[in-house]
Amino acid sequence: MHIPDGYLSPSTCAVLYGGAGVGWYAELRRVKRTLSARMVPLIAVFAAFSFLVMMFNLPLPGGTTGHALGVTIAAIVLGPSGAIMALSIAIAIQSLFFGDGGITALGANCFNMAVAGSLVAYFVYRLLAVGATITSRRRVVAAAIAGYLAVNVSALMAAIEFGIQPILFHDATGAPLYAPYSLRIAVPAMMIGHLAIAGIAEALITAGLVGYLQVADSALLQSTSGLTVEPRAWKPASSGSLRRLWTTVALLLLLTPLGILAAGKAWGEWAAADFSRTDRRAHIASSSLNQPPPVAPPSGMQRLAGIWTAPIPAYAPPVVKSASFGYLLSAMFGVGLVLALSLTLQKLLTRRSASGTLQ
Amino acid sequence: MTRAGGFASTVVKLSRTLGNALVSENVARQPGLMQSLDPRVRVIGALSLVLAVTLSHKLLAIFSVFVAAALLALLSRVSAGLLTTRVWLPVLLFTGVIAFPALFVTPGATVLAISSAGFRITAQGLHSAALLICRVETAATLTALLVLATPWMHILKALRWFRLPQEVVMMLAMTHRYVFLLAETAGQMFESRQSRTVGVLDRATQRRVTARTAGVLLSKSIELSGEVFLAMQSRGFRGDARVLVDFRLRARDYLGLAAFLSLAILSVWMGRV
Repeated sequence: MHIPDGYLSPSTCAVLYGGAGVGWYAELRRVKRTLSARMVPLIAVFAAFSFLVMMFNLPLPGGTTGHALGVTIAAIVLGPSGAIMALSIAIAIQSLFFGDGGITALGANCFNMAVAGSLVAYFVYRLLAVGATITSRRRVVAAAIAGYLAVNVSALMAAIEFGIQPILFHDATGAPLYAPYSLRIAVPAMMIGHLAIAGIAEALITAGLVGYLQVADSALLQSTSGLTVEPRAWKPASSGSLRRLWTTVALLLLLTPLGILAAGKAWGEWAAADFSRTDRRAHIASSSLNQPPPVAPPSGMQRLAGIWTAPIPAYAPPVVKSASFGYLLSAMFGVGLVLALSLTLQKLLTRRSASGTLQ
Repeated sequence: MTRAGGFASTVVKLSRTLGNALVSENVARQPGLMQSLDPRVRVIGALSLVLAVTLSHKLLAIFSVFVAAALLALLSRVSAGLLTTRVWLPVLLFTGVIAFPALFVTPGATVLAISSAGFRITAQGLHSAALLICRVETAATLTALLVLATPWMHILKALRWFRLPQEVVMMLAMTHRYVFLLAETAGQMFESRQSRTVGVLDRATQRRVTARTAGVLLSKSIELSGEVFLAMQSRGFRGDARVLVDFRLRARDYLGLAAFLSLAILSVWMGRV
């Protein structure tokens, strides 16, 4: 698809230089605006990679071999503008240094392969892979279809450029001055090879590359994926979930008076005085496989029971007459106390973590 | 199906690329007519002649430039054998195959009729095919001559002198350098895979291996670009590339430039419709 010098008229070359020039100008402005330093080696090395991928012989189904263009993987990893520049640099090196493609046709080659190829590859890939996760199989299929279409659109552009030459440029006798075939011949002649071989080679190598990157280096697929990166670290709950949490806490607080409906005491939570009360002794015995409790409270319990007197014993503030309201107030006080302690602890831990990071 | 299939041909292609570059460097170092001229004159001269043969519509005018280019090549220690294997024969085969059907499908006056096969060669077809082949051969010879006789860095310096944006010149220089590094890396990867392959690989496996090799090469390329960026930063790069342009035009260069431009103008004038 690399058009040599002599196939296209100077005016066609000039127009296509202009077309490619728009892409180059836009990318150079971006490079100058955004950074420059990091983009220059990235585009240069990617151009070298694209150059080499074009040399990889790929065995195709049917017994033939083909080579890829490398435009699709460039568009997927670098985005359209980066791909335009990288492919243009690769094509320029091929033309100037290796004689593959002409100097006067450099604009045409860049327009067909770098500009049209990159744009088609990028937009088809984005369209087909929209919403797919990075490791989705759909991305591999989208890359293959994008590659196939990109190469064939580039070939079609070249075929049209060839095909219009004899119509526009011929001498007085009707002899074509440049590429000699009309559109009727140039388009099928170019497209058969690209539809059957080159497009398949690009599709297979791009699909293989995307599949490999999904496993080995998925970060390279992120920039054009259209997906935002989800941080894996803990993140604060959203306002919606916090609202639900507070509603639940409030509901539980309102329901706390139900606790006083339960008869008796939990097993093992007895006070020293319970051992001397007949009704409590009966309860202790019934809840302890009918084993009667000792007549007097254990001496250790007796000794330690007076060490600490709770401010709100049995969840019943002394100043509140209603048992239910007292229970509710106790619950609110308890929840508030737990929250205050939690927040204080969180602040202390955050401060320590920040100072540790700085060191 | 071969033992390692397409790997071998890929390795050969990569090796040939490296080999061709070495030949270019050797030719550029030898004393010769083209090498003695200022690189800017060489670039202007080659490009003006390529443009002239593209503008020219007469076979004789284009062929005159071809003869001049071949003579210049011989005076520049670029052997006819090298040009034949690297330029003339490949171009003739490629463009010849493309141009050949034009002999028959281009409408016009019949020159030769092959009545048994029902084909006829037209004068217009013959002229068109000859024009295409001659023009492509001449342009390719001029480009090859420029590249063979001029170190790549001198071509880039000359392009920078012509106000090509410095970012583009930097990218061209870096790409050229890393093409060889990555070509060597890719060649070694294919060779090592080939050396570990026993038996026959089916085509699907070959495709998978090739794609994975390309994937590893891509990861290495991206890693390399990061290292290059860090190296640039460590050397104090601030986004402003300075290219040392110490070319000086001498009388010989002015004479060479005049000869190139005269030939180009003459070719266009002779080749006008």
